[in-house]
Amino acid sequence: MYRYDEFDHQFVQERTAQFRDQANRRLSGALTEDEFRPLRLMNGLYLQLHAYMLRVAIPYGTLSSKQMRQLAYIADKWDRGYGHFTTRQNIQYNWIKLEDTADILAALAEVEMHAIQTSGNCIRNVTTDHWAGAAADEIADPRPVGELLRQWSSLHPEFSYLPRKFKIAVTGAPNDRAAVKVHDIGLRLHKNDAGAIGWEVMVGGGQGRTPMIAVTVRDFLPEKELVAYIEAIMRVYNLYGRRDNKYKARIKILVHEIGAEKFKAEVEAEYARRPEQTTHVEERELQRIADYFAPPAFEKLSRFSPTFEEAKLLHPGFARWARNNLAAHRVDGYTIVNISLKPEGGIPGDATSDQMRLMADLAERYSHDELRVSHPQNIILPHVKKDDALAIWQALVPAELATSNYGLAGDIIACPGMDYCSLATARSIPISQAISRKFADLDVQEKIGPVKINISGCINACGHHHVGHIGILGLDKKGEEFYQITLGGSSTESASIGSILGPGFAGHEVADAIEKILTTYVNLRQPGEEFLYAYRRLGPQPFKEALYAAA
Amino acid sequence: MSEIEKGQVMTANRLRDGEVVFLTRSGEWNEKIDEAVLALEPQATAALEARAKDDVKATLVTGPYLFDAERVGGKVRALHMRERIRTLGPTVRLDLGKQAEGTAGAFAFKEA
Amino acid sequence: MPLLKNNAFVPESWLHLGAEDPLPEGVNVTIPFSRLKNEWESLANFPGQLGTVLSNTNHAEDVAHFLPHLALVILPFPAFVDGRAYSIARQIRLLGYRGELRATGNILPDQFQYMAQVGFNSFEVSERFPLEIWQQASKQMSLAYQRGLYRRVGEAEVWSERHEETAPEPTPWEEQPHAG
Repeated sequence: MYRYDEFDHQFVQERTAQFRDQANRRLSGALTEDEFRPLRLMNGLYLQLHAYMLRVAIPYGTLSSKQMRQLAYIADKWDRGYGHFTTRQNIQYNWIKLEDTADILAALAEVEMHAIQTSGNCIRNVTTDHWAGAAADEIADPRPVGELLRQWSSLHPEFSYLPRKFKIAVTGAPNDRAAVKVHDIGLRLHKNDAGAIGWEVMVGGGQGRTPMIAVTVRDFLPEKELVAYIEAIMRVYNLYGRRDNKYKARIKILVHEIGAEKFKAEVEAEYARRPEQTTHVEERELQRIADYFAPPAFEKLSRFSPTFEEAKLLHPGFARWARNNLAAHRVDGYTIVNISLKPEGGIPGDATSDQMRLMADLAERYSHDELRVSHPQNIILPHVKKDDALAIWQALVPAELATSNYGLAGDIIACPGMDYCSLATARSIPISQAISRKFADLDVQEKIGPVKINISGCINACGHHHVGHIGILGLDKKGEEFYQITLGGSSTESASIGSILGPGFAGHEVADAIEKILTTYVNLRQPGEEFLYAYRRLGPQPFKEALYAAA
Repeated sequence: MSEIEKGQVMTANRLRDGEVVFLTRSGEWNEKIDEAVLALEPQATAALEARAKDDVKATLVTGPYLFDAERVGGKVRALHMRERIRTLGPTVRLDLGKQAEGTAGAFAFKEA
Repeated sequence: MPLLKNNAFVPESWLHLGAEDPLPEGVNVTIPFSRLKNEWESLANFPGQLGTVLSNTNHAEDVAHFLPHLALVILPFPAFVDGRAYSIARQIRLLGYRGELRATGNILPDQFQYMAQVGFNSFEVSERFPLEIWQQASKQMSLAYQRGLYRRVGEAEVWSERHEETAPEPTPWEEQPHAG
């Protein structure tokens, strides 16, 4: 894992002092709310329905046990004993006081964390594959580039007042778990025939009101040129992105309006205009960072673990969890443990401080002191010996963290919705709870197989409904909450935007509708055909009939 | 049957801690909606707006606005779900927010 | 509106003319960029220093031709959240402009360092903020990760420092040639 050096420490400490001064000037009236708002947002502080909300950056979703324990401490000391893990691998606290915020930032700085640029019209926290450094299919760990971009984007003087927010995602694996094609910039690692690595640069993806899939502007950019090239993209966006209408201000609209070819030409022209600048520093910095991400000292183990196999025979509950929640590790004898934060009837992504501490303890003991926050709002122990999986499961069960639904119908992505968020037009969490209760029977979930159900409480799409296999969007119709259903979305390497199936539903009808859709799928699928592929083959018609024809 | 009156309530967030507050008859900001003035006429809403504007300047509150509410049997309730959530707390965590702190007023979300 | 330069409020030494105002002799004047373009032939022999006022929709490459003849370029911020002028400032500096680059309009003390880092060296600011606030704001952060920025005494580029491939010792920023 990356560790701060003296510069990084000094940087977050100065930033905290700067925020303390800004907050005091706001409280004294020296700054108006209009002036303070962008400043507090660039430190992750929102004003939500009930109180201030603080979003803390977890860069590329990686954190240590010590950091997780500090997140628990913050939840207990300054919030209400829990936190919400988000789709951008961050955590947010819902009951924060402005007058406490600088102290919280200081507590984060103690463990090499911050809330810099988790909001605002600037470059946001860089996200990546939550299995980075562990996944069997990975070409190379994308986190060094994630860290390089974290540093480079922090308080960037030129790009802190962009037309709109800007999100960058990075993946080092061919199976895209970081949703890079629906980010403002997506970076994907490739290896060429000569064995060299380079980055595919994609621009202009996004969700929100106008969902779009990113276009590729470079197929194979040398790693040392990444920062310079991204600066060229950012400059073109900063100069020409629309500022007259905030719904048309994301880079995807610029790419769409001037066309991908023209956009690409503008970026290349800007890139060519840059003065000759050596990239030695970037190369050395990347190497310095990469050393921190060297793989932990794995033991030499056999691929087959008799302990693990025997445990599965003895404990059917463990066998189910192992089947659904473990993933292939690149080292023999190891596995990736996916801890579901989606218990039946629970709030997706929420964890109590006790649960955080337990996960921290398990990571310290069994996973080389490392945890990950995943884009689908779960927690991951990336480097676990198969021999230790049973002990982990046994510790998770009493803490309600052992739900065996990873990647299944109960593993729902949901934004906080109108229960917390001031932008929301409808509630998301109760819909998620109703669906997870409807599919409480894990046999049923396993029979249905992998399916992604994503719920957003407004058109801003924080719950990623556009790229859910089944997407649910909560809207307000004359003062009542109602929900639109989309089918066929995907955020992977074959990304697609879901299509609206038909008229919307009242909140209490949604879970039944989802059941009808999944029953229709189970009846029509070919052997082994997952929901998304069945939908792509069948089209919307059979699902429309199931939902609307009978009425 | 008790009489139902419809009108508007002035709300904001307290600047220093973000707490949801409502403007009362005496011109103070209170955490309980039951204490709120229900403005029934344009003149009354204008007075609330003027007061809120002053208190924004005085750095007491931020983001003030009026919302539709009704008074039933002397108790005030927001008409729209969003505002009910602000006056009570999250519908999915009945142990949190005003509903758990005794500042919610007379109305409540039902147990799921 | 106070004019902030070198951490102090200083008197204005330029006369700002509109599109039609007659050109006086012997004083330094700024004119709108459109006038500069239209009247360039007659202006080439102007017997004083010339400056121009851009808008943040002007393109740096259109301005490039005139830069060697200008001693002041003014870039307005119509709203403090409109960040276009940061990029234009950087482009103008990259084109080799060494003269005074002035930020006007709606700017906050909390943005001072960003503006200085992209090459602004004078600031027309609101009376609302006293000089001490600007002076404090000017030294809130002593580090930047990005390379090629303007720096002031006491400020460091993290990556260059780490890898000892640093630009020359920082000198007062208005003197310093662009490092990028």
